[in-house]
Amino acid sequence: MPPHTKPHEVIDPVIEFRDVNFVLGGRHLLNDVTFVIGRGETLVLLGRSGAGKTTALKMINRLLVPNSGEVRVEGRSTLEWNPIALRRRIGYVIQDIGLFPHYTVAQNISLIPRLEGWPAKRVHARVKELLEMVGLHGGKFEHRYPKQLSGGQRQRVGVARALAADPDILLMDEPFGALDPMTRGEIQREFKTIEKRLGKTIVIVTHDVGEALVLGTRIGLMEAGRLAGMYAPREFVHASDPMAAAYMAQLRVYEEARGQK
Amino acid sequence: MSLIEFFARHHREIIQATFEHIWLVGMAMVLAIAIGVPLGILVTRRPWLSKPILGGANIAETIPSLALFGFLLPVPWLGGRADRLAIAALTLYALLPIIRNTSAGIAGVEPAVREAARGMGMTNGQILFQVELPLSFSTMLAGIRIATVLTIGIATIAAAVGAGGLGEFIFRGLAMVNDQLILAGAIPAALLALAADSLLSLLEHRLRPVR
Repeated sequence: MPPHTKPHEVIDPVIEFRDVNFVLGGRHLLNDVTFVIGRGETLVLLGRSGAGKTTALKMINRLLVPNSGEVRVEGRSTLEWNPIALRRRIGYVIQDIGLFPHYTVAQNISLIPRLEGWPAKRVHARVKELLEMVGLHGGKFEHRYPKQLSGGQRQRVGVARALAADPDILLMDEPFGALDPMTRGEIQREFKTIEKRLGKTIVIVTHDVGEALVLGTRIGLMEAGRLAGMYAPREFVHASDPMAAAYMAQLRVYEEARGQK
Repeated sequence: MSLIEFFARHHREIIQATFEHIWLVGMAMVLAIAIGVPLGILVTRRPWLSKPILGGANIAETIPSLALFGFLLPVPWLGGRADRLAIAALTLYALLPIIRNTSAGIAGVEPAVREAARGMGMTNGQILFQVELPLSFSTMLAGIRIATVLTIGIATIAAAVGAGGLGEFIFRGLAMVNDQLILAGAIPAALLALAADSLLSLLEHRLRPVR
């Protein structure tokens, strides 16, 4: 069994949920969620819409605060962190990307470095490096506006922006959800190599089991505000949990269809 | 005497009245922007204030202009001088479109953009000045344009309380049943409104956030 399947076996915890509850408007969105993620791991939170995945994600950069229990980042409760300092150490990518329409690609990517007061030369070099990394080569993208990019290109810029200040942690909320399947597969594969190369601690929210298996070193299955299970991808494939089995069955339907052709 | 001859003979008075008019409207707009933009921002930050603030501005908008000049007459410092009185009344009229468009512009910023800004660690001030305001600039400017055109028209009534401006000719013309006098006020006022409208809409389009 790989060492990260049980919470207490994580050697260098980076993100830790302890009995986290979150209630909004009488609805229990998170129910006693507890887990630990170690440095360099990629946790994929998998579940249906409304299972509490995004809510859990937003607890990590303190966009939301638990009603009870605590979320610890780098050993400190998010409530002890200055929220601005915390968020600047955490890259954030959302499905709608949220690129600033009045900024060029370069200005979008360099926003946090500029706010952090990096010298112009270093900012410029960083933008170049990041565009290269996310596969937007050649300098012609730097001065474009988000409206002038395709969906896939925009998503790449979103990832580059999140990585700009070299954060230790990366949060991604259905990062590739709005893309067509072809572009999506392509960016997933590319992201996999970035993931390996950078060794960051990553949390990804998705309802796509394929994405979870490709990108995750651990898969957290969420159901109705609870963490129904935490698996290594290899375990997930054979998990007895009915939800996990349903996800795998869905995946097999595709494989069988492909086999029949 | 033809209209052109009339304009030629009285061009000095007409130009002077036009400048008075511009001054009344300009002062009122500066004040209305200085008050209206912060109020518009406040409305987006404290939604419960939206009703009283927009409601108040709405009421000011519905008071007939002649009556509003009358209402302000007994107000101590304002009533003392006709131009102050006129500027105060015009400011009140200009407020509603400015407040409304400022808050509408900010509310119109895509939620994803705001969420990304917050999630990346921008402070509230940075989000306001670097994201929300630049993105709502053209909407705000549209409000300023509407308010300016409106104010140029209403400012003709300021002559009724002796504040001068192009309304002088109109009121005199009405009293003397002299069409040329009325037109000497009405035509420059209309031209002024058209000029302000096209100038500001040009600016509005140039500052449109998304190219």
